[in-house]
Amino acid sequence: MASLKELRNRIASVKATQKITKAMQMVAAAKLRRAQTAAEAARPYAERMDAILANIAGKVAGQAGAPALLAGTGKDDVHMLLVCTAERGLCGAFNSSISRLARDRSNALIAQGKTVKIICVGRKGYDILRRMFAKNIVEVIDLRSVRALGYNNAAEIAQKIVARYEAGEFDICTLFYSRFKSVIAQIPTAQQIIPPQLPETKAEPAGTNTPVYEYEPGEEEILTDLLPRNLATQIFRALLENAASEQGARMSAMDNATRNAGDMIKKQTITYNRTRQAMITKELIEIISGAEAL
Amino acid sequence: MATFKFELVSPAKLLFSGEVEEVIVPGAEGEFTVLAGHAPLVSTLRPGFLRFRNGSDDIVAFVRGGFAEVNEKGLIVLAEEASRLEEINAAEFAASISALEAKMSSATSDEARNKMAETVYQLKAVQAQLGGGGAAAH
Repeated sequence: MASLKELRNRIASVKATQKITKAMQMVAAAKLRRAQTAAEAARPYAERMDAILANIAGKVAGQAGAPALLAGTGKDDVHMLLVCTAERGLCGAFNSSISRLARDRSNALIAQGKTVKIICVGRKGYDILRRMFAKNIVEVIDLRSVRALGYNNAAEIAQKIVARYEAGEFDICTLFYSRFKSVIAQIPTAQQIIPPQLPETKAEPAGTNTPVYEYEPGEEEILTDLLPRNLATQIFRALLENAASEQGARMSAMDNATRNAGDMIKKQTITYNRTRQAMITKELIEIISGAEAL
Repeated sequence: MATFKFELVSPAKLLFSGEVEEVIVPGAEGEFTVLAGHAPLVSTLRPGFLRFRNGSDDIVAFVRGGFAEVNEKGLIVLAEEASRLEEINAAEFAASISALEAKMSSATSDEARNKMAETVYQLKAVQAQLGGGGAAAH
């Protein structure tokens, strides 16, 4: 049996750990609130963007000469997976569930004979994916130095992707991130962003009420401007959702850890007290039997 | 005067949403004024000042990059950057211009450089107006 001193040390160390997890939980809770507000503030922009894009794209889609970003390349041989994860660990299954989704998808695609390329946003996803797909990872985007996630970060990522797309490096791009549903539920999600999947436009009979837009400058210039922006908006939304999910996941993971530490302290305190009592009893018996022998 | 619904949205937040009488938008091909009942229109924006009047208030906002869409429901301006005039920090603004200039000198293609030069030019025009105080923008 462990000595009293050992037990005391162990209890002290678990208590120290509990303090850390408790603090991390509270920090995550504060950050979560901020991340949630940011995600909510960005929602109107993304919604309006969707509406405008659906409006214009609905008219252009199907016509010859539609921009490639909208219509796709007409092939689906090379898939680009944009996997967004966190920069830090200790947040439960957050990173691994996104990576697992991306891994399953790429395995399925490879089995179909497609080529898979991966861009990792965030170090953690890269750490997990490089074990299996080191050859497929074409770029790692590090956001560790970014303090407050801004639209600019998303715009930069979008630019890189558009440049690769225009260079003909891939045909279909899918974005992987974790949708924030609640503190305890984050849903890993795959969303195809190139070509974008537009909400079904209601098929209105021609001539009724569909406004004829004027375009300034031309329709095509607007679309070529709008599509990269839409991409940036989608990525921005994913990053914000991810940030909120990460904090939510960390909060519940740290809550669990704090509770487990509490249980462990309780158990060890009982063992400690039992051992102490056993020793006292043993000493008493020794004294009494010594006295009786006289 | 008849009013219509106007929304000014940036990725960071919804800056304004409500009924207005008149909005002057800095379109890519020149400023245009939107009044109630305007014909449907989609336009890109150039960096500049967007002015709108609701009731007796005249509000000026700086917008950079994005779109304006007019439809039967009203006007939506999606700006990549948008802020009220009084929130603009002149020093930060100057810093963003010089950052862009630095980027311009390292641009690889002529096309990209031209595009950036144009933006810098437009931003400088905005800066000149800023220097003259908010009143010059009206």
